[in-house]
Amino acid sequence: MSDTAFGAGRRWRPPTIFGSHKLRAAFFLAVAVYLVWSLGTLQFDSQRVLRGFVRAGDIFARMWPPDFSRSTLLINGMLESIQIAIVSTVLGVLIAVPIGVCAARNLAPRPIYLAARGLIVIGRTFHELIIAIFFVKMFGFGPLAGVLTLSYGSFSFVAKMLAEDIENMNMGPVEALRATGAGFRQVIWFAVLPQVLVRQIGILIYRLDSNLRHSTIIGVVGAGGIGQTLSAAFSKYDFDFASAILISIAVLVAMGEFGSDYIRRRLR
Amino acid sequence: MTEPLLEITSLVKDYGTGRRALDSVSFTIRTPQLVGIIGSSGAGKSTLIRCINRLVEPTSGSVRLMGADIPSLSSRELRKMRRQIGMIFQEYNLVERLTVMQNVLTGRLGYVGFWTSVRYRYSEEDIRYAYALLERVGLAGFENRRADALSGGQRQRVGIARALMQRPKLLLLDEPTASLDPSTSRQIMQLAQGVIEEQHMPALINIHDVTLARTFCDRIIGMRDGKLVFDAPPAELTHARLVDIYGAYENDEAGPRQEEPA
Repeated sequence: MSDTAFGAGRRWRPPTIFGSHKLRAAFFLAVAVYLVWSLGTLQFDSQRVLRGFVRAGDIFARMWPPDFSRSTLLINGMLESIQIAIVSTVLGVLIAVPIGVCAARNLAPRPIYLAARGLIVIGRTFHELIIAIFFVKMFGFGPLAGVLTLSYGSFSFVAKMLAEDIENMNMGPVEALRATGAGFRQVIWFAVLPQVLVRQIGILIYRLDSNLRHSTIIGVVGAGGIGQTLSAAFSKYDFDFASAILISIAVLVAMGEFGSDYIRRRLR
Repeated sequence: MTEPLLEITSLVKDYGTGRRALDSVSFTIRTPQLVGIIGSSGAGKSTLIRCINRLVEPTSGSVRLMGADIPSLSSRELRKMRRQIGMIFQEYNLVERLTVMQNVLTGRLGYVGFWTSVRYRYSEEDIRYAYALLERVGLAGFENRRADALSGGQRQRVGIARALMQRPKLLLLDEPTASLDPSTSRQIMQLAQGVIEEQHMPALINIHDVTLARTFCDRIIGMRDGKLVFDAPPAELTHARLVDIYGAYENDEAGPRQEEPA
């Protein structure tokens, strides 16, 4: 006659998402086997890794001291990267805003919503480097290809974030403004914009910051900016110049990170 | 006989769920009066009110306001018609990040173009009226406060001012007091009743609280399962009629199960 007797002899385990505990064990075993097998087939051999480290030591030795003497080349490359980042952020956002609104399920009619979502999904399918290669093939070497690449990347990113933000907003004010006889643009401006603006400015600054980083790398495939200078330096075994470029990029990215952090904190 | 102010005939709303949210509802409002709509959650009260300004599209039937048949209006005509219909919501539905004055002025959006509204180039008369309304609802001096800094009762006062800013010919109130405490509820009801009387307009109010409905309404409509089952002055709302509307009806004072505010 005790309350311990009630549950005695019973066992309880939390349910798993796998349905059964045997299935769960089998799953993790399979993952482990696959990992071991992959390491074997990918020729992950320790000798090569070791030789790589030796070579790395050699490269690092030749990178020191960094050679800042070709400063015009360096500065022009950096400025071009910054330009690419700023122009492509603005262009991308300009395209992203209307598409993002159309891709919000709670505002757009279904066919428009599906079309806009489709556009965004296509935009996010390929990595920017692949897009950069494609644009370089289309428009030749130089910053035009870089700007187009990063605009494209910014567009799909910002449009997706905007659409999701709009879908999560409170529909009450939208309903209230519709009830006053407000037009579509007025509803967007007075009921939607105030609800999403602060977060979207944060996203825009984040995107500017990441475009700055991206703009330093897409040059490697020929799309302009400091990356193109870096790629040339590496291929000519100009390791001391390359290290000067790398240090400059690091400083620029750190500054961008710092600046965007500061602004986003102020926005809250 | 003069033309009725609002005439609803055989109004049907079918959401496609197998059960009609509104099942052939008809009634007429001939004089400026406050009409309370009571009924359990899901009886169709909210759908009925939203079918009038077409925030919900009615399936069939007619809604005549000032000689126009609302369900057959084009979207352009509908926007013009909506200017004449003020609406007050349970959750206030203010734009939180805007100020009280900005919120009140959104009541004029239907009357001005996009760029005028963006630059706040409202007429001097509109601005004067907005100040007068803020004073009327007891919020004089609050014009530059942000809506998210206000209490529930204050927000609903802004909601009322916004609706009146439209200079409406009809007021729809969707559970305006359901998110407020009892004492604030009474104040808001008194305010609503007061402005409706002053402006000689008809108003439809969805209301959970039968006691409030009895106290403030000139006429009560009872809804059950999408059908209109009662339509008479509050004095005729006997216990037996309440049972018709709510099913088993226990306690008059507490109102029917004070649960989910629709």
